[in-house]
This record gives sequence, structure tokens and C-alpha cells, in this order.
Amino acid sequence: MPKDGGIGASTKRREDARFLTGIGNYTDDINLRGQAYVHFLRSDLAHGRINDIDTSAAEAMPGVVRIFTGKDFETAGSIPCGWQVTDRFGNPMKEPRHPVLAEGKVRHVGDPICAIVAETREQARDAAEAIVLDIEELPAVIDMKAALAEGSTKVHDELDDNLCFDWGFVEENKEAVDEAIRNAAHVTTVELINNRLVPNAMEPRVAVGDYNRGTGEHTLYTTSQNPHVIRLLMGAFVLGIPEHKLRVVAPDVGGGFGSKIYHYAEEAFCTYAAKELNRPVKWTCTRSEAFLSDAQARDHVTKIELALDADNNFTAVRTMTYANMGAYLSTFAPSIPTWLHGTLMAGNYKTPLVYVNVKAVFTNTVPVDAYRGAGRPEATYQLERAIDKAARELGVDPIALRRQNFITEFPYATPVAVEYDSGDFHRLMDKLESRADFAGFAARRAESEKNGKLRGLGINCFIEACGIAPSNLVGQLGARAGLYESATVRVNATGGITVMTGSHSHGQGHETVFPQVVADMLGIDASMVEIEHGDTANTPMGMGTYGSRSIAVGGSAMVRATEKIIAKTKKIASHLLEASEADIELKDGQFTVAGTDKSVAWGDVTLAAYVPHNYPLEDLEPGLEETAFYDPNNFTYPAGAYACEVEVDPETGKVTIARFTTADDFGNVINPMIVDGQVHGGLTQGIGQALLENCTYDENGQLLSASYMDYAMPRADDVPFFSIDHSNGTPCTHNPLGVKGCGEAGAIGSTPTVVNAVVDALQSGGIKVDHVDMPVSPSRVWQAIQAAG
Amino acid sequence: MYAFDIERPTTVADAVKLLVASEENQPLSGGQTLIPTLKQRLASPETLISLTGIDEIKGICEDDSGRICIGAATTHAEVASGAGKYPALAALASHIGDPAVRNRGTIGGSLANNDPSACYPAAALGSGAVIVTNSRDIAADDYFQGMFTTALEPGEIITEVKFPVPQKAAYMKFEQPASRFALVGVFVAQYEGGVRVAVTGASEEGVFRWSEAEAALSSDFSASALEGLSLPGDGMISDMHGSGDYRAHLVAVMTRRAVTAAG
Amino acid sequence: MPQVSMTVNGKPATGQIEGRTLLVDFIRETLNLTGTHVGCDTSQCGACVVHVNGKAVKSCTMFAAEAEGADVLTIEGVAAPDGTLDTVQQAFHEHHGLQCGFCTPGMVMSAKALLAENPTPTEAEIRDYLEGNICRCTGYHNIVKAIMAASGQDVSKIAAE
Repeated sequence: MPKDGGIGASTKRREDARFLTGIGNYTDDINLRGQAYVHFLRSDLAHGRINDIDTSAAEAMPGVVRIFTGKDFETAGSIPCGWQVTDRFGNPMKEPRHPVLAEGKVRHVGDPICAIVAETREQARDAAEAIVLDIEELPAVIDMKAALAEGSTKVHDELDDNLCFDWGFVEENKEAVDEAIRNAAHVTTVELINNRLVPNAMEPRVAVGDYNRGTGEHTLYTTSQNPHVIRLLMGAFVLGIPEHKLRVVAPDVGGGFGSKIYHYAEEAFCTYAAKELNRPVKWTCTRSEAFLSDAQARDHVTKIELALDADNNFTAVRTMTYANMGAYLSTFAPSIPTWLHGTLMAGNYKTPLVYVNVKAVFTNTVPVDAYRGAGRPEATYQLERAIDKAARELGVDPIALRRQNFITEFPYATPVAVEYDSGDFHRLMDKLESRADFAGFAARRAESEKNGKLRGLGINCFIEACGIAPSNLVGQLGARAGLYESATVRVNATGGITVMTGSHSHGQGHETVFPQVVADMLGIDASMVEIEHGDTANTPMGMGTYGSRSIAVGGSAMVRATEKIIAKTKKIASHLLEASEADIELKDGQFTVAGTDKSVAWGDVTLAAYVPHNYPLEDLEPGLEETAFYDPNNFTYPAGAYACEVEVDPETGKVTIARFTTADDFGNVINPMIVDGQVHGGLTQGIGQALLENCTYDENGQLLSASYMDYAMPRADDVPFFSIDHSNGTPCTHNPLGVKGCGEAGAIGSTPTVVNAVVDALQSGGIKVDHVDMPVSPSRVWQAIQAAG
Repeated sequence: MYAFDIERPTTVADAVKLLVASEENQPLSGGQTLIPTLKQRLASPETLISLTGIDEIKGICEDDSGRICIGAATTHAEVASGAGKYPALAALASHIGDPAVRNRGTIGGSLANNDPSACYPAAALGSGAVIVTNSRDIAADDYFQGMFTTALEPGEIITEVKFPVPQKAAYMKFEQPASRFALVGVFVAQYEGGVRVAVTGASEEGVFRWSEAEAALSSDFSASALEGLSLPGDGMISDMHGSGDYRAHLVAVMTRRAVTAAG
Repeated sequence: MPQVSMTVNGKPATGQIEGRTLLVDFIRETLNLTGTHVGCDTSQCGACVVHVNGKAVKSCTMFAAEAEGADVLTIEGVAAPDGTLDTVQQAFHEHHGLQCGFCTPGMVMSAKALLAENPTPTEAEIRDYLEGNICRCTGYHNIVKAIMAASGQDVSKIAAE
């Protein structure tokens, strides 16, 4: 292993030096000479018909450069959706146009109507107030079931109704599932809501467009998890700019959690306007604006039925979900409630029959898309709530019920079309049982009760599918993109390495972790390896960072490219050492002829590649730079078992997380410290969803939770220290690092753990409550207690 | 924000002069509520008169009748550390907002704003404090006139707040999970002449005294004396964080807990 | 346009401002010290925390005009001139107390203010003190741990890792 940390080392992060001293470079830190500022005038109505937009007074305001409306973008493309779902009947989903600026109608509060470009932000905002809008208010469609009712107002007039698609999976299993449920010894039913969330990366979105008249090149600086995806979507589908004339740069990104995957109208606007106005145009989102314009998340209304036979074996799962798309289809929205949700409905269990029905619905709300976990938290939540309820109904131990139904042999093909390559769910549960001190729970409960509190213990097991691939499969499923990742390993003459990757960190520490992999393979110091990412001008086409894919897919690309480097350097070394290539060994940065003391150092070989005086030029090109595109042949399947203890104050309804213990299987782990951090963060977002966060609209489509005054973000005192473990995982069998990905596990596994614990606590106090919808806020718990009498 | 000027007078007299110079002028104290309001363009003053440079309205002292007198421009952090003679008041101040807010926000600003979920109105009303302005003394019972409404006249500036120190007192706050303002906050104070109970966060009318609880506690200062007492949910704030009934329930719970905490 | 003068990170700083210029805008736009961040507009996230005359304040909720004559410390002024991290910064690095880094400047400034007031805070005191600093990445675990470590407490036994 490299002295300064290879695979498996908790190397401290090199990014920290700049972030801790205030010299990071986030998009809002970029100011270009001569830049103007744009302010978007957004709809304050959820639904309305635009009769007239009078910008004449505003145009005369001080500092105004130009005011744009939907008319300016009529010939531009629609903001594209990157995933087409086919419905139960073989028809494609409905895909209405999503204009850069509203055309004809406004469809959610926050829908951009005008873009005011001015010399200063405040001047742009002043001018926005002088724009006279004549918008006829239309009834807002907010509730999903009402949206599907006969005669409901349509979000998109050109569509037949508000149903985006009605998806069934696996459709061929439907009748068998229905029959299994009819014949079951016991059926547990849970109806629940997976609450809508706002991702809330702490860095609000920013876009700066620039245009070089001399070269005809556009540059967009943006807060993105995947600059190449933005370049492709915006360039090819919206603005018609070829890739070689469009550079997208995402510098340091202040968190994303999914919300910075998508191509947004503001990016297209700034890119377009910079050329139109021949000067850079900058937009900085305020937090209040983010609540109305960042893609939101979750928002499923679900009924799940779990069928068991007389021996408590799971025989079938049937779920029916309404999934909110919002007013337009965001980039990956249709894939979330379908392929990222339905395929996980077998969970960790050998349930033979599963049927998932999803009705995706347009409403007059902000578009919904992936957020940490994306579909998998929704699957886990409903399944594990149902199992917990079944255990209670049947009077059996919830752990024993799960264990009895665990999948134990791998690879395992589920009835929902995925093949788990590896795992050991009993071992995870064993670990959890030993580390969570279940034996001491009764004493802790007694202690809580002495203080007037109810204490509950919640358990959850989960599996997720990460690093989704291969590209040809996802293409069949409707993806309009590949899901490979790329890496170019450029070895410089003196031996230092620059790795250019399409993955892009927004907090995951790629600049530290990726060098650990490359350096470990070469036996050189990690400090000799530098990562370039986030700029389409100097990195190979890649798909970016989301879905826990960076190490599993991006890391594998890096391995493949490094293998090519090793192969070539061995050839060079064999020439320098006058030995057969087969006899060359690379260890600790030295090439040695096996069984001899003849060796040549890494730096001598790399120098020979660029100063090829003594070099096999007839057989080998000079230079040392290799690129690999890695397209996995399966998803990865991280899994876990979680336990949570809560205290409930029965007088106020307040829930406190007392203990949280995890056992995760991420396969092999490159940097345990960073993995710890990913788990901590995921857990807290899940606890946030379970206890605090709720994106709420009123019946007119006004967002009630429109700032941190009403949208409860988890703070330091909402969570305890976590006890986590991810040691000795079962390696992924199909990628070269044996890694599975760790970014989303905490957010996926935690919500049912918490709610199961709350229900357990209430039941322990004799309160007959078998479900409380998230967020399990004090007021909801109190109401549930009141309702239980 | 709309454009405006800022003036930073150093005396109350100058501040009042500046304030009355235009109806569009507005005082600025710690700004922890006003500045976010300005950012939303919900206010458009011509000139903000900053009160934070006026030394004569800062600091904490004791008057001849033993009252704690707090200058209006004294920050929450200064009250938390400097009002040790009135521990319940210091404790309340130490949990307003967060530490950075407490370093800027002032007692005068909070009372002038009279947010229905703010903590200080409960302390002032629960203590029967006197709100001193540049022109008069106002009893707390007369000062609070509904949410965001006070007895202050245009051009009137709070200069000081005088708190009689009770025998026992405590403040219990149940926080709204997002803003961390009081979903319900109850201030209970026992004086020689009787007990005062002031409730913030709950009512659509802003801070109020719960007279039934005061009567019960005046004869028996114990949590058990409150048994069976409750408030109706009607007239209580009802929003996404809790119904009126829930808030009414919490008032009873927080009152009991405040009495217990007061000892 | 009025002028404001203050000391920022030990150096005199003067600039033209409007009445509505926030301290954070003066720091970021006029002084080009972009380490201080803006994460919300309701004074809750704490990404903008700086010290004014030794006290932690939210620079997005204070006008630049009100910092006239003040001594301001931003994240850029925390490390030694030679780049050596101060105790809190070093502890955040050692204990992985940051991920995306956006909330980090505010977190460090708040942590420093806490330790100035309370040199050996308990876990509960730290969590309480951080009420005004929101982090979306770390789950606070390693931030709290780092602050305990910066205060000289043994953190090796905190939960299993």
C-alpha cells in the first residue's frame, strides 16, 4: 500500500485544506468581467393562463439590459426528460413540453415567466416589479387522486388527462399475485404517504453563462453533479449547441443529493442570454427561490399488501402507488417511481411474487425527481413498514420474521427482474444484534418510563440497487442515456499522474479517494495522483455522480484505465530492462525482472515514455495516457440492517432519537472514514424525512413550507452520535474493486427504522397506533394518540 | 431589498428626530427579524434608524425598587449572561434563536416587533414589566395589543424594560421544529401579590395571560393545582405545525412544566 | 454612496456601500473574500457566520454600515499566515467534519465562538450551540466530534465507527 494511503486507508481529505480556509471555488464565487445579472419573475399562482405580459415600463427602469419572455424561447427545444417509461399497455408515457420560460400557461408557483437582465441584482428585481402580468387564475390541481378524477382541470391542456403513465411491474405476474393474496393465510395492509421533500443542498444553485464571439464557444458555469449530462441535454435538446462549442464547468459543488443532477431552465437561459447580449449573465438562486425551483422529491401515496402463508413465509407483495411528477417531467423523474422503486420491492426476502403498480400524476406543483435514495427509500419504507406490522399482527418477533424470509443464496434472481450478486443478510442482522445491545433494551425502556417517556425499538433491513447499468439494459428500460463512466489516466513525464474523470464530487471526497485506488495499483504515493473533474473541456464524457455510482462505476473506469497504463509501462520496462514483458513485475513503484535484482523505477519508465530515446518506437507509441469507459454488467446491491431506539414524550408527542445502530454491507471499502461520513449524512437525511421535513402545499398550490422557517431541516440536536459498522462486506462480484457504493444507504434504511420504533414506543404505552405518517412530528404523534383514545 | 439609507445616531434624542423626519423611516435594532423581512421586500423604509450605536440604551442595571432594568438595545446574549438576578429571564434569553442571533437581536427590537411566537413578550407580560419609551412608561398589560401590534406610537422608541423580580419563575418553550420559535411558550412567575402566567406562540391574538391558571397557582403554586384546567382550541393558531387544539393542549403541558421547573 | 471602514482579518478595509448592503455582500463582493457563504435568506443556515468584535454574527443579517469601525474576522483570517490550520480547522480535518464544504466556514466560526465561551463543552452543549448552523452532508456526527476534539477531549470512544 502507498505510504500515504491506498485502498482501505482512512486517508484524510486533501479537499479540506481549501474548504477549511475559505478558498474553495463554488460557482457563486465566479464573477466574470462585464457580467449582468438575471432575476426570474416567477409565477405566484399555481395554475393560470397567461393573457398578456407587459414589460414596457420595466424595460425603461434603470439598469435594465433586456427582458426575456417565453416568446424568446418558442423555437428552443423543450427541457428534456431523460427517461421514457412505457406503461402497462405498451404505450409511452405522456411527455408534455417544458419550456425555458412559461408559454401560454403557468403551471406551478415558481414557474419562471420573465427573465430580467440588468446591471445589478437589485435593479433586475426592481424591474420585475414593474412588469404587468395579466394571468387568469385556473383551478389548481394539487391532490393526486383528485387530479385523476374524471373532469379534473388539466395541468397540460394538450394531454387527455393528468396521468403521465400507469405502470405495472411485473405485469405478467399480476394475476398470480392477485391469486396469492386471495389465498393467503394472512394479509397485512398498510396505507401510507412518503412525504414530499426539498433536497436543500446548502449551496443554492447558480449559473453563469458566457460566450466568446471570437471562437463561438459557449461556457456555462453551473452547480451540477454531472456537467457532461448538462452539456448533452442543454446543447443537443434545448439550445442546439454542439458539444465542441459548449463547455460546462461545475467547480466546487456545495452538496446536491440529486437536486443538481437535472438540467434546469436557468442554466439554458444564462447560456442563451450570454450570446444574445454578448456579455456574461449570472444567476444566483436565493433559498426562498430554491424552494420553488429546485426539483423536489418523494411524494408517493401507497397501499401495500403483504401476503403470508400459515408458516409466516412471504408469498406475495402487491403495491399500488400514486407518484407525483409535479407540473413538468424533470430529467429523471419517470425512472424514480418505476425502475428505481419497483425493482427493489422484493427487498431482502425470497417473496416469490411481486406486483407493483404506479400511477404517475401531473399536478400544479414543483417538479419531483431523484433525491438521495430515489425510489429505493420509497420501496424500503413501505415494505419494511408492512413487515413490521405483519409481525405485530401475527404476534411474532419482527427480527425472526425477517430472518425466516431472508434470501440466503447468491446470486439470486428476484421476481422483479434484478439479480442480487452477493450479500449476507443474516450476518448483517447478527452484527446488528450484537452491536445494538438488544439485551439492554428492556432496562433502557424502564428508565425512559421512569421519566414519563415511552421507548421504542425499531428494526429495518434493506437492499438497494446502485450504480445502475448496463447501458444497453437501461436503454431497454427507457433511459435516454448511457450509464457508464469514464477515466483518463495521464501519466506525466516525471511520473506524476493526472486522472480526468466524468464523476464529479459534490462533497464525497473524490480528490482523495480516487488517488488511493490508482496509487495502490501502481505502488506509488497517492500524493502523486491528482484528480481533474467537473469541466467538460478537460475530462472525458461521463455521466456524473449520483445513485451511489462514483466508486463502483467511476472507480472501475479508473481501474481499467490504470490497467492499460500498467500494461504499457511493463512493455517500456521490459525494453529498458532487456527482459521479457511476461517477467516484469510492478511493485512499490519499481519494475523488476522476476527472480532477479534487475529493476527500473516508475519515474524512469514514465520519463522514457515522453523522452523516447531508448524506447521501442517501432512497437509502441510514445506517451503514457490511457482512457477507459466502464459499463457495468449489473447493478451493485448494498444492503443493511438498522436499529433505532426512540423516546416519545406522550404529553407533547415529541420524538427523540436515543440510539441509532447500523450494520451495512458496502462490499469492499476504499476509505472507511469517508464511508462513515456518507452513512452519517444519509442517516440524518432519513431521520429528517422521518421526523421533521415536510414539503406542504395548500389546496391552491401555495407552498406552505417555503423557507427554513417552516421546512424543518435536521439540526445538530435532532440526532445523536451514530453507532455504525460497515466492516467485512461481501464484495461485489462484477466490478474490479468489489465495491457497492455507500452514498444513499443511510437515507434508504433509516425512515422505516424510525417509524417502526415510534410505533413500538406508542404500543408499549398501550396506545393502539399501528401507523403514523411521516414526518412523525410532535403534532402528528399527539393526534395519533388522541385518535387512539 | 429596496434601496434605503441607514443612519446611526448615538443618542435617543437624535434617533427620535431622525425617525419622525419621515413617515417612511423605521427604526432598526438587532435586525434579526427586520432584515429577513426587508430581503423579502415586505418593507420599504426610506431610512432605517439604527439604534445599535446608542450607548444610553444598552446594559443591565437594578433600580431602587429592585427591578432589573434592561436597555432596549441590549442583546439577548447580554441578557443571558447579565441578568443573573432574574434567572428565569436570563434562561429565556439564552434560548432565543441561536447564538449568532443572540449576539445581534435585542430585547427592545423583539418587544417592538411583538411576533406572536417570540419569547420576550411572554417574559414581559408574565413579569408585569414596564416598557419604557422615549416619552412614557407603558405597563406590559397595556403594551401588547395583538400579534405584531403594540401600544407604541409612530416615532416612539423603546429605551428600557423594567422587570420586577419574582420569588419564583420559569419559562418553558415547546419549539416549532423548523423555525425553533415557540410553538407554545409559557412564562410563569410567582410574586408576592400573585402568580402571572403569560403564553406566547399559541394565540391568534398574540401573547396573553392565562387568568384561570394564574388564579389556581396564586392559591397553590404547584403543577397539581392546574389539573383539569384547559384552554379552548378556538382562537389558537392552527397551521402545518399544529392545530389550535394541539396548541391549547401544549399550553397546559408547558404551564405545568414551568411551575415544576420554577420549584 | 456612503463609505464604510472596518478591520477585516487584521487589515483595514474600506469600500463604498449602499444602505442595504449586507455585511456578507461587502465581504464577498467588495473584499472578494468568498469563503463566507450565503445558504439562506431567513437567517437560519449559518453559512455566513463571521466574528464582529469577537462575537459570532450572521453576516447576512447585519448591514455593512453597522460594521463601521468594527473588527471583523472571516474564515480567511483563521489559519496562521503561513497556512497552518488553527485548532478547530485542524480538528475538522482530522475528524472528517466537512464534506461539500459549503457550511464549513460558518461551522468553524461558530465552533470557535463556542470554544471561546466554553472551552470544554459537552456533546449536548455543542449540539445546542450549533442550532444556527445547518449542515446537510455530515449528519453533524463528525462536526460535534471535531469540536470536542478541538477542546482537548478524548473522542476515541465516541460510538463505534
